[in-house]
Amino acid sequence: MIKTDILIIGAGPTGLFAVFEAGLLQLKCHLIDALPQPGGQCSEIYPKKPIYDIPGFPEVLAGELVDNLMEQIKPFQPGFTLGERAEKIEKLEDGTFVVTTNKGTKHNAPIIAIAGGLGSFEPRKPLLDNLSKFEDKGVAYMIKEPEVYRDKKVLIAGGGDSALDWSIFLAEIASEVTLVHRRNEFRGALDSVEKVQQLKNQGKINLITPAEVIDLQGEDKLEKIIVRKTDNSEEIDLEADNFIPLFGLSPKLGPISEWGLEIEKNAIKVDNTLDYQTNIPGIYAIGDVNTYPGKLKLILCGFHEATLMCQSAYQRIYPDKKYVMKYTTVGGVIGFDGSKKEAPKAVVKTIE
Amino acid sequence: MSDIKLKIVDRDGVLHEVDAPTDMNMNLMEVVRSYELAPEGTIGICGGMAMCASCQCYVKSGHELPEKSDDEEAMLAEAFYVEDNSRLGCQLHITPELEGLEVELAPEEA
Repeated sequence: MIKTDILIIGAGPTGLFAVFEAGLLQLKCHLIDALPQPGGQCSEIYPKKPIYDIPGFPEVLAGELVDNLMEQIKPFQPGFTLGERAEKIEKLEDGTFVVTTNKGTKHNAPIIAIAGGLGSFEPRKPLLDNLSKFEDKGVAYMIKEPEVYRDKKVLIAGGGDSALDWSIFLAEIASEVTLVHRRNEFRGALDSVEKVQQLKNQGKINLITPAEVIDLQGEDKLEKIIVRKTDNSEEIDLEADNFIPLFGLSPKLGPISEWGLEIEKNAIKVDNTLDYQTNIPGIYAIGDVNTYPGKLKLILCGFHEATLMCQSAYQRIYPDKKYVMKYTTVGGVIGFDGSKKEAPKAVVKTIE
Repeated sequence: MSDIKLKIVDRDGVLHEVDAPTDMNMNLMEVVRSYELAPEGTIGICGGMAMCASCQCYVKSGHELPEKSDDEEAMLAEAFYVEDNSRLGCQLHITPELEGLEVELAPEEA
């Protein structure tokens, strides 16, 4: 069991900054995120896009902002559970919470801060009637172990980078790779597009465009896929062991919506007059995931919410301790790793 | 302040006639959100970067619209429920030329 003071769900900018504010109060943090890397939307959706409304940064790339935040919180040694989605929450008798991920990792903390943004990123699933019937029986939305596809007949659908890259990769492993896309044009790195062209010419990738998968068939597992050409409505039956639709990710609030929290407009209601606490004491929601009158989904607002949340969390954990907020200019930053950053001291010395 | 009139059919098939300002640097997705014609969190999820298709709409009137950017084109190639008259609302800026535009919001992706 992972133990910490504040368990932060979501490692986007708001969650990351919460680690800093908690660290100033000597509180330890651990973050859970469904994505394999920290940064949330900033890393996953728009790392190369500039942001112009971070105070003090006339312009900063979303990816750079994440790098900076990771650097800023380094002294506070946050723990990470990445690539796992927070699934279940229980309250123990001592008032602390246990959060379990979809992979069974357990985390124990007196304070939960949900900084889940738009939710966890889930693969977008095509609209096919019996799709769920074949999940894990030939249908997968991400490739975890490429070896599974050795000597198999694989059909990949999609027109972006991941569809191109996996087609290239699996062309060497699978016995047959078919790539289906709704358009003739693909969007991806130039290298990948050219490589697919080359493999197609060599007969290693079977390209069907413009076309769509319209039906999946099979008894206990996937056996056949029906593809329809969208230009002439011709239907093609393909024998296949695997179908991998790669249509990108879309965010879903997911299991958190079952935690008994008050939800409004697909967001978690919090007390914005005080500390961004939810209707369950000890559980806070900060950043894009929360809502209150006048809410704005801005990174800078998330930073503010994270700061106030940490002060409240401190009071909750140490109800008897007296504390006042200290400026970093005055108190410096004392890391859990023993590092210390502080303003250079002025000297008092006579000039002769 | 100059407004244009738009006709927007929401996801439940209800027609709304709304005024949209041409001088606020707004796009169609933002107009829909400002009138709350679709629940928050179901439209404009990516914030207007043509990186999700939650603001997809079908253009019903014959207005001449700006060409699709590569980003919009690529997103619509991946989106579901796409028709020939599909556009991303976030890529349609409210300009005087859009006076009388009629659109229908595409269904929400499951």
